[in-house]
Amino acid sequence: MAADDTVLRVEHLTMRFGGLVAINDLSFEVERGTITALIGPNGAGKTTVFNCITGFYKPTEGRIALHRGDATVWHALDALTDSGKRGIVRPDGALFLLERMPDHLVAQQARVARTFQNIRLFPGMTVLENLLVAQHNALMVASGYTLLGVLGFPSYAAAERAALDKARGWLDRFGLLARADDPAGDLPYGAQRRLEVVRAMCTEPVLLCLDEPAAGLNPRESAELNDLLLGIRDDHSLSILLIEHDMSVVMGISDSVVVLDYGVKIADGTPETVRNDQKVIAAYLGVADEDVAKVEAAVGL
Amino acid sequence: MAAGAHTGRVDMAGALRSAGFTGVVAFGLFLPLIAFKTDVDGSNQLVLTTRWPLFLALVAVCSASRFFYALLVGPWLARRALRPARPRPAWRNTIANWLVPCGIGFLVLYPAIVFFTAGFSGGQKWIDNLGVQILIYVMLGWGLNIVVGLAGLLDLGYVAFYAVGAYSYALLAKTFGLSFWLLLPLAGILSSFWGVLLGFPVLRLRGDYLAIVTLAFGEIIRLILINWVALTNGYAGIISIPRPTFFGIPFTAGDDGFAAVFGLPFSPLYRITFLYYLILALALITCFVTVRLRRLPIGRAWEALREDEIACRSLGINTTNTKLTAFALGAMFAGFAGSFFAAREAFISPESFTFIESATILSIVVLGGMGSQIGVVIAAIVMIGGTELLRELDFLKDVFGPTFDPTQYRMLLFGFALVAIMIWRPRGLIATREPSVFLKERKTISAEMVKEGRG
Repeated sequence: MAADDTVLRVEHLTMRFGGLVAINDLSFEVERGTITALIGPNGAGKTTVFNCITGFYKPTEGRIALHRGDATVWHALDALTDSGKRGIVRPDGALFLLERMPDHLVAQQARVARTFQNIRLFPGMTVLENLLVAQHNALMVASGYTLLGVLGFPSYAAAERAALDKARGWLDRFGLLARADDPAGDLPYGAQRRLEVVRAMCTEPVLLCLDEPAAGLNPRESAELNDLLLGIRDDHSLSILLIEHDMSVVMGISDSVVVLDYGVKIADGTPETVRNDQKVIAAYLGVADEDVAKVEAAVGL
Repeated sequence: MAAGAHTGRVDMAGALRSAGFTGVVAFGLFLPLIAFKTDVDGSNQLVLTTRWPLFLALVAVCSASRFFYALLVGPWLARRALRPARPRPAWRNTIANWLVPCGIGFLVLYPAIVFFTAGFSGGQKWIDNLGVQILIYVMLGWGLNIVVGLAGLLDLGYVAFYAVGAYSYALLAKTFGLSFWLLLPLAGILSSFWGVLLGFPVLRLRGDYLAIVTLAFGEIIRLILINWVALTNGYAGIISIPRPTFFGIPFTAGDDGFAAVFGLPFSPLYRITFLYYLILALALITCFVTVRLRRLPIGRAWEALREDEIACRSLGINTTNTKLTAFALGAMFAGFAGSFFAAREAFISPESFTFIESATILSIVVLGGMGSQIGVVIAAIVMIGGTELLRELDFLKDVFGPTFDPTQYRMLLFGFALVAIMIWRPRGLIATREPSVFLKERKTISAEMVKEGRG
């Protein structure tokens, strides 16, 4: 049985595209309120893992379970798996099998939010509108599935004000408030990256999946992003799953690291243990395990 | 040319070169099209006639236009582009603020203005042929704008829903004798039902594929209307469809007719004026609902869908339902317009619902600027009003001879308009997007940012 504060539990995840095995029998866990980094050389299958977790791909094999609320909900996992249902929601918590859910339900019901490697904002809409779209499902209910909203019921106006206040709060925290009325496509690159994180946060996620959030940021922006991510982790007891190539980010903020190579997990643990793992060094240097010592000596490590 | 523009020097050699090149292209193009003409003579034989003067004149005109463009207009445009951009003058904002209320006021007063200027008998044409006709297309344009402009789904078969609305009204009114006011919403509901039916299979398609399937759907509906003779009477169409009543009072010459009840002399003008206000009200409802929807979560979800569908899904938006609502709502407004069309004409046949109608409505949306409500109005006035006005240009017969019929040049002018728009305003007349919500200041968003949607 999973540990008490496990939020996400990936078991025996395998994803094949025709003959290509992108992920092979991958298992790992994400603890509540921690930052877990998923690292590995290019083409290791990191983004494929994200796409499986967020429902964009249907895994060939394996179980991806997400939990929120009371830890005892985990006891229902095997019963849920046998029942063929997508998830259970109880007053004290909820448990979902993400591999059974389509992408929008992963976001809406299981509350997993994600960002993309190549930024996917709504460039022609303002920063503020981007954040209102992120609160779509809550606002949709408030607008009586559009019916009450078209007729101008005041309940929707109140809900929209609340949504705007929430958006304003997040923009202020991420230093984007001054650009709130500008089109998202007009923002500088670093600000677009931050906006994508803000937009994901507006969906009130349990698990936030960030696909290379520091890509293309300069060292100062990247350090700022580290502080922001640590801040939201602590304030919202949020779990963050992170793909990153920037080792200053990975080693600086992650509580645990999972290393993938050719779709196989080669190591996991705290940043320190992973940093000193022979297999990880071999994968990053691109040599066989037994040659690591030789190569390290050659490059002066 | 570019070098001349920077130095302010006149680049005569360059202009001559480009004029010569244009002349050669025009020569090659017009030689088979204009210079030679085949005619059938009295004994039913095909004879080849030549039109050298006309041909040479056209080549000369093309060449000379290009020469003057390269010599004068091109450098002037280049100089203008170098000038720093000036801020938008205040009077333009004032005009923008007053345009909508003034426009609605004008439309409400339009019949009165026509009767004062053109008289009672002459005004009929201006209200019925021009006013009602344009308003039908404005309404259809606004309806299609939801699907194409907001949700970014390219629909080439929009006229199918217009046909469903028209035939729903015609068949139900003739068979069951139901009133216009009951059938108007019913026709809208039936059309949106067909919108959802079309929506389901095409949801996975994007871009060109979506366009092809919607095009086919439009044709399928038309072919069913032609071939299901038992229901639709095929090519012959449906005649003597009941006309709408003034809340139960018919517009007839009889004792219980509108004129008699209100103690007025009988005239067909009452019906026409009533129809004008009816379509005006329907169009304004369409606009009001669309503007309202844009500020609701569903409208923002449509626009977000146009911008990036994958991001929408990652935010928990059910893109299937969102697309279906766009299809259903667009189809509903087409259904309203269709039932109005059937009630106005009192006769419908599959001829009224050909692909060219879909193309006209789509070009109104594209020319107006996708997503812009005002743009659709301007484009509809130009496209529909323009072709109606061609009928009025009788004086051209004095210039080109009695066989000259200006209405035959309709498609040519359409083509010119489309090419001109594509060159100078590739994103439509009104290319900017108004944000649906703002914190401090409403800034219009330039077209470069806004995506067109890929279906």
